[in-house]
Amino acid sequence: MSELTATAAGTRAASPRYYLTHEHHAENGTLLGFWLYLMSDCLVFACLFAVYGVLGRSYAGGPTGAELFDLPLVAVNTSLLLLSSITYGFAMLEMQRNRTRAVLAWLAITGLLGAGFISLELYEFAHLIHEGAGPQRSAFLSSFFTLVGTHGLHVSFGIVWLITLMVQVGQRGLVAENKRRLMCLSMFWHFLDVVWIGVFTFVYLMGVLP
Amino acid sequence: MSASSEESTHADHHDHHDDGASHGTFKGYATGFILAVILTAIPFWLVMGKVFDKSSVTAIVILGIAAVQIVVHMVYFLHMNAKSEGGWTMLALIFTMVLVVITLSGSLWVMYHLNNNMMPMAPHEMRNMP
Repeated sequence: MSELTATAAGTRAASPRYYLTHEHHAENGTLLGFWLYLMSDCLVFACLFAVYGVLGRSYAGGPTGAELFDLPLVAVNTSLLLLSSITYGFAMLEMQRNRTRAVLAWLAITGLLGAGFISLELYEFAHLIHEGAGPQRSAFLSSFFTLVGTHGLHVSFGIVWLITLMVQVGQRGLVAENKRRLMCLSMFWHFLDVVWIGVFTFVYLMGVLP
Repeated sequence: MSASSEESTHADHHDHHDDGASHGTFKGYATGFILAVILTAIPFWLVMGKVFDKSSVTAIVILGIAAVQIVVHMVYFLHMNAKSEGGWTMLALIFTMVLVVITLSGSLWVMYHLNNNMMPMAPHEMRNMP
């Protein structure tokens, strides 16, 4: 922050200036606004994590996390999401070099990895429900499905957004507006990976501990 | 690019202007990715290989590693620093973290003591609950 130049405090100058002359001004507030949205989303997840933390051991005589969770599947899921993070990063690097086709290619790979993540998660959910461990079985399973399902819903909407942006970049190229949108989605996508760190640690890994 | 001339001049104007957010480099993304892979592999190995006897030790260690990995993602993938957007992203992040810590620790603390003060109930009684 630079110093305030309110020079005309006492003197009766014609035009007193009460603003910062040297402050760095962003071109528009979209990225900051989107960051604030992500922070509010972070609070939503914090509440769901708190619910899981409170109810995660209330099995109601039903199956426990150690009996249900398939850690190798979770490890594959985690690596898919982590890989999609780095491929989105490569898309951003190509965007800085203004290479439209490379951006589209990396975005497509990111979308496929995200779709793989969602498919595995849906398979896991279907498997659990088929075993009679659906969300209505116990408080543990209710909070589990709510937390992991909310994250999966976010990833699904991220994929919809990603496809929309691929169409827009394909039609109009890497204009400033599309770059701004790609940067917002980049923050969203990496944020979901950060939330997933909490999910696999707090829900899956700690859920199987005796 | 197939942008109209009006749009391209607009874009040029933007290109020379810093938009307030910092950009990544290949080195940054690669470093972050390698660190993230290591920090993901260790907790899975600790739990699946049953390295520690006491599960409380494992829990504390993997929670610590998760915290480190979140910082790695924030720095290398989300490009967090104290300067982007004039420091406002960092301020919002700190504020959110304070709220998250209060929400999580407060809920766990209160509900743990509440559970301790409830009447004990055996699993077979729980099954017959309405």
